[in-house]
Amino acid sequence: MTNRQTDIQHHISDDLLDAYRTGTLPHAFSVVVAAHISLCDECRARHEARDMIGGALLAGAGTAAISSGARDRIMAALEAPPPPPAPRGSGVFPAPVMAELGGRPPRWRMLGGGIRQQILSADREGSLRLLYIPPGKAVPEHGHRGLELTLVLQGSFADSEGAFRRGDVETAHDDIDHQPVAGPGEPCICLAATDAPLRFHAMLPSLLQPIFRI
Amino acid sequence: PSVTKELSDLSRDLIAVRDLRDREAFGRLFDYFAPRLKAQLLRSGLRDGSAEDVVQDVMLAVWHKAAQFDPHRADAAGWIYGIARNRRIDLARRKPLSQPEEMPELPSVEPDAGQVLALQQEAEHLAAALARLTPEQAEALRAAYFDEIPHSRISEMTGLPLGTIKSRIRLGLDRLRHELRSIAP
Ligand SMILES: [Zn+2]
Ligand SMILES: [Zn+2]
Repeated sequence: MTNRQTDIQHHISDDLLDAYRTGTLPHAFSVVVAAHISLCDECRARHEARDMIGGALLAGAGTAAISSGARDRIMAALEAPPPPPAPRGSGVFPAPVMAELGGRPPRWRMLGGGIRQQILSADREGSLRLLYIPPGKAVPEHGHRGLELTLVLQGSFADSEGAFRRGDVETAHDDIDHQPVAGPGEPCICLAATDAPLRFHAMLPSLLQPIFRI
Repeated sequence: PSVTKELSDLSRDLIAVRDLRDREAFGRLFDYFAPRLKAQLLRSGLRDGSAEDVVQDVMLAVWHKAAQFDPHRADAAGWIYGIARNRRIDLARRKPLSQPEEMPELPSVEPDAGQVLALQQEAEHLAAALARLTPEQAEALRAAYFDEIPHSRISEMTGLPLGTIKSRIRLGLDRLRHELRSIAP
C-alpha cells in the first residue's frame, strides 16, 4: 500500500482521463494516469464519478435475454478459486508502477551526473521510464516532439512550468522546452512517459540518446 | 445495519455478497445486470455468444472483487459498470489497461452513515439530472461515459468538430455537478 497525497497541485486533464477510460491512451501514458489516480483522491473521485454516470445510464438502458443455463453456469463457477490478487504498491511506487517493475525494485542504469533511469517499456507508441535525479541536479534541457507526462514519486523538481512534488503530474506538450531541476533534500524519483523521443539541446546528450533511449 | 436499510436493493445485495458471500444476493445482481450488460455489449458490436462470455467474466469479477466495494465511494451500478468498462477495454487492447491501486480495505471502521446516504442520494438523483440535460449534452455524455467512445470517434460519427464534442461533454458534466449540488442537504 502506498501513501496517498493530499496536497497535489498538478492533476491529469479531463481529456487524458477520458482517453484513459476509453482505453485509447498508449500504454506508457495509461500507467502514469493509473499511478496518479493511485496517489490522488481527487482524480480517483473524478474517475469514479464517470463510472457512476455509466451506472445510472445502465439502469435505463435496454436488456438482452440471457441464454438459459447461463445462470446455472455462473453459480457453479463461483466455486472456482479466485484469480491472483492485484499487484500492491511498495515504498514510493504505487501498484501500477510495481506492476510495470514486475514486482521487483528498480534496476537503475547510470546516465552520468548521478542521474539514473530504468526503462519500463518502449515501443512505437511511446516509452515509459523511471528517472532518479540527485538533489539539485538538472535533467538536460529538452523539447518534445509529442506529449510528455512526468509524475513525481519522491522528492520534487521545478522548471519553467512550476514546482512539482510527490503526486503532481507535469503535462508537457511539444511547445515546451524545459530543464527540470531536482529540489533539495531527497533525490527526485519520477515516472515519465513520452510518445516520441525527446530532443536534447546539449551536444552530448543527443549523441547518447539512441544509446540510452532517453 | 441501519445504514444498509436505506441503500438501494442492488447496493444492499452487493454488500451481502461482500460480507456474507451470499449466493442468492449474487443471483439477484446477475438477474439485474447480466441482461443490461449484454445489451450494451451487443450494441458495441459483439456477437451473441461472445457478449455472453464477457458478461460471465464481468459477473465473476464482481463476485471475486466484492471486497473492494465501498458504499462511501460508489453505488452498486457505478461500481459494476466500472468493472464492465475495464473488461470491454481489455478485449480491444494488446496489453491490459493499467489499473489504479485498490483502496485499502477498512473492515474495522464503522460505515459513515451520512456519507453512505449522501452518495446513495446522489446516485438516485443522477438519473433525474441526466434526464434534465439538453438532448445534445445527454447524447454527448452517453457516448463518452456509457458507450465509452473516444472524443475523436464521436466527432467522426456525428460530423461535428472535436471542440464542439468536448464542450458538450464538459457542459454536461458541469450541469450534472450543479444539479447534484442543488439537491445536497
Ligand atoms: Zn489528481
Ligand atoms: Zn520534458
